[in-house]
Amino acid sequence: MYVKIQEAAFDVGAQINVFSQRHSKMGAIATFTGIVRDNDDETLKAMEIEHYPGMAEKAISDIVQTAVERWSLGDALVIHRYGILAPGEIIMMVATAAVHRAEAFQAAEFLMDYLKSRAPFWKKEITKETVTWVPSKQNDEDALNRW
Amino acid sequence: MKVLYFAWLRERIGLPAEDVETSAETIKDLVLELSNRAPRYEAAFSDLGSVRCALDQNLVSSDTPLGDAKEVAFFPPMTGG
Repeated sequence: MYVKIQEAAFDVGAQINVFSQRHSKMGAIATFTGIVRDNDDETLKAMEIEHYPGMAEKAISDIVQTAVERWSLGDALVIHRYGILAPGEIIMMVATAAVHRAEAFQAAEFLMDYLKSRAPFWKKEITKETVTWVPSKQNDEDALNRW
Repeated sequence: MKVLYFAWLRERIGLPAEDVETSAETIKDLVLELSNRAPRYEAAFSDLGSVRCALDQNLVSSDTPLGDAKEVAFFPPMTGG
């Protein structure tokens, strides 16, 4: 299990390579990568991500541990960035290693659903004219009910 | 105890953290104490439905007793991922 909260950018390809090579008994690796998405009118200058140091690591580690047990994962990885990110930059990634693909996919979706509304991060959208805290979405909260 | 504020709560209250002497029994009682201190606290805590809290870095409800906790944090609903 690997959980890392960091400001620096990271190389998703390199992370997947290292993660994949550690698990010869796992037949499936699923990965998800989250990107800073520009607004439809392309006005986003930056996304500022604030986090709660200590609790972020702890909350994500707890969620990952739950996923590992529930889907009998061989391993799982979460990297989440904080700080000021430009549109197109990678915010975070999740990787799961399971015996078969169904478990790998499901565990990755579960991790993403929980990270959305249970990991202590907050996003602020900075455009030329406005600075806005991104509100939480009810459908993100509802998504937890399916697990 | 140490009290932490994040995101728009931090901005409205005007500081990220402070040490608070309190005899409050629960988190809710502490919120009332803080709200009586100054208008900026009152404004930050005016809509408790949009405030989440953590006690020693565990997400809890505002009814939770402070007990021997060292750290309480207040923040808006989380938007990770």
